[in-house]
Amino acid sequence: MKTKKSVTLAGDADRVETISRDLMPKPFGWSGKIWVGVLSIIFLLGLFFYVQQVWYGLGITAMRDYSTWGIYISNFVFFVAISLVGSLISAILKLSGAKWRTPLTRISEMIAVASIIFAAIVIIVDMGRPDRFLNVILHARIQSPITWDVIVITTYLVISLLLFYLPLIPDLAFMRDRMKGIPAWQQKMYKILALGWKSDPGQEKILRRSEQILAILIIPVAFGIHTVTSWLFATTLRPGWDSSNFGPYFVSGAFMVGAGGVIAAMYIFRTHYTNWEKYLTDKHFDYMGRLLVLLSLVYLYFNINEYFVPAYKMKGQEAEHLNALFFGNYAPLFWSVQIFGMVLPIVLLLFPKGRKPLPIFLISILVIVGAWFKRFLIVIPTLSHPYIPMDRVPESWQHYIPTFKEWSITAGTLAGALLIVTLMARLLPAIPVVETIEEADPNHKAPETD
Amino acid sequence: MTSTNQNNRRDFLKKGLGIAAVAGSVTALRAFQQDSVELTGETVQLLSPQGEIVEIDKAYLKPIPEVHISPDEAREGIPGRRFVMVIDLAQCKNLRKCHDACEKMHHCGPDNEFLKVLKMQATELATPFWQPTMCFHCDEPPCVKVCPVDATYKRSDGIVLIDTNRCIGCRFCMVACPYSARTFDWSEPQLSEEVKHQHYSPETSVPAKKGTVSKCDFCPDVVRKGEMPHCVTACPNGVFYFGDENEDAVSNGAETVRLSELLRDRGGYRFMEDMGTKPRVYYLPPVNRAFPFEDDEFTKNKGSKS
Repeated sequence: MKTKKSVTLAGDADRVETISRDLMPKPFGWSGKIWVGVLSIIFLLGLFFYVQQVWYGLGITAMRDYSTWGIYISNFVFFVAISLVGSLISAILKLSGAKWRTPLTRISEMIAVASIIFAAIVIIVDMGRPDRFLNVILHARIQSPITWDVIVITTYLVISLLLFYLPLIPDLAFMRDRMKGIPAWQQKMYKILALGWKSDPGQEKILRRSEQILAILIIPVAFGIHTVTSWLFATTLRPGWDSSNFGPYFVSGAFMVGAGGVIAAMYIFRTHYTNWEKYLTDKHFDYMGRLLVLLSLVYLYFNINEYFVPAYKMKGQEAEHLNALFFGNYAPLFWSVQIFGMVLPIVLLLFPKGRKPLPIFLISILVIVGAWFKRFLIVIPTLSHPYIPMDRVPESWQHYIPTFKEWSITAGTLAGALLIVTLMARLLPAIPVVETIEEADPNHKAPETD
Repeated sequence: MTSTNQNNRRDFLKKGLGIAAVAGSVTALRAFQQDSVELTGETVQLLSPQGEIVEIDKAYLKPIPEVHISPDEAREGIPGRRFVMVIDLAQCKNLRKCHDACEKMHHCGPDNEFLKVLKMQATELATPFWQPTMCFHCDEPPCVKVCPVDATYKRSDGIVLIDTNRCIGCRFCMVACPYSARTFDWSEPQLSEEVKHQHYSPETSVPAKKGTVSKCDFCPDVVRKGEMPHCVTACPNGVFYFGDENEDAVSNGAETVRLSELLRDRGGYRFMEDMGTKPRVYYLPPVNRAFPFEDDEFTKNKGSKS
């Protein structure tokens, strides 16, 4: 049935023309240039301080023997978490047959690929000896959760890249054939990446089969990547981490921040590009809002398990840790994150008005910022409560307050991930063009395997 | 061996060990035949391999060449041994000689303590006591379990070591250790030129390297020579007993006792047994103390909470 497509495309030239004009990548306007400029400056500043760190050692951070993991690790957890959006939209929604997901797929895969790349970079940033990175492979020990993490992150990166790339092939061919007045290298890039795509039924069949297989494959890997990340903590004997709830707790939080991330990106794309409200409609925001409420409620459930059960017992060192979170020096941050980053979004999104584009955009920003600091609260306070007394150590060792350089490097990684997404959107359609054209066809029928 | 402690018996013991070590060294005696040296006029008495006391000029003495144990060789334990330590909390009065000797011999500095002496208190009504802590060389070491590159490992003689030539600085082992026994070189370690160029061995943990983890190593380099770890020899109060579980014997330098009897008769226990780590360091409870508890300048202002 797909053989008619090229005829359809030619026959309905106006529609094809409008959609491709709206969705094709465009050069940056002034706001785009400022955005890229600011991100580049933040990224380069982080890079500058990272070079210093390589030279002088991790001593430029506030991490010391007790708080031996800091915001690099919590930022790593954040990146891994938000990367799960790819599997949420591309796999879970695809397999559950949610047709409305089409314009969100590429955005979510872009976020997933960018954040998983930076998750890997951040873990190298945290290493005392990045020059020995290859030891992780040369001397790998399978009983270490870090080895599991390396394996599962690499697998997730490969599947995510494929889930990003395969659906892109028809669009690349479309751009190869239609985009005029672009630099020769760009033309060449589309040509090479399109792999000689000519929309024949055989190609389409292979592509659809592959996407289907990948969509199924990525779900266990996505659960794996964040479960293993939670095990970096849960396999230790530390108060606050020694929890069998950690896997599902992390995975549910990851889907929540992933949904928040894609909503924020949708809003920015919609307001930035002309006519995109036709593709990223209020309906999409409404549906994503409902999904976000569901995911947040699941996360709330795991939070109750994570904090209420140990708080009921108030056992030894665990009690000291929980008291610091509930009433102590971490209390302001803890309650802000729990209320503004979780409870308030749930309440607001229950109202249809809360799911309109602007309100839900602001709520999703709350969710993302809350999620970042939630990872801070998961990683840092535990290490401030060791089993042995922290006597005879300098005051600065007892309270971990990240240094400016440490913040800069962390901000640099966040800016870097946003830069990747931005540059992808500059060169590739952030909303699938060919798929959108096909679905806009009044005679369009869904492929059976989808 | 330049410690200036007051204990004569201990001084005697140390000198005795020193003489035995020189006498046992073939290279020292070979000096008689080979080198022409300028005599100093000062003489020392030595025990020859034939069992005779001989008097020679100090100029003939040569330091025993260090047996260099390479990182690969350090992975094998000393055959037939299972090293173990017992710390008598009743005898500890926070003199910190152990700490100072450890710091001096491992060149680790105040920011990288291998050994700590902590003020501990079992419950509010009980009197506080001083507890030396270090790496417990656990038989189920959580640090070794999590290391992704086999940089830290457990040897057949019970000792847990770190190969800082392989360590990638991920610090997972530090997080995994519930006793906070491990320390990290966050910046370039401040070492003298001599120490910096010393041949590295995991058995000495010297020289330390930027961006890697280090910790108490049970001094296997001196244990190999039949001596005691530095903390044991430095303590004037006999707090530390060190020995071999296979021989069922431990010694604090002054007396050698049966390990099993000591632990049985004195109520020996291991720190945080419920962690399941099976430490190789035992404690004897702080009962019938040799000294009353006295706060020091660090803990005085901290109130009763420890």
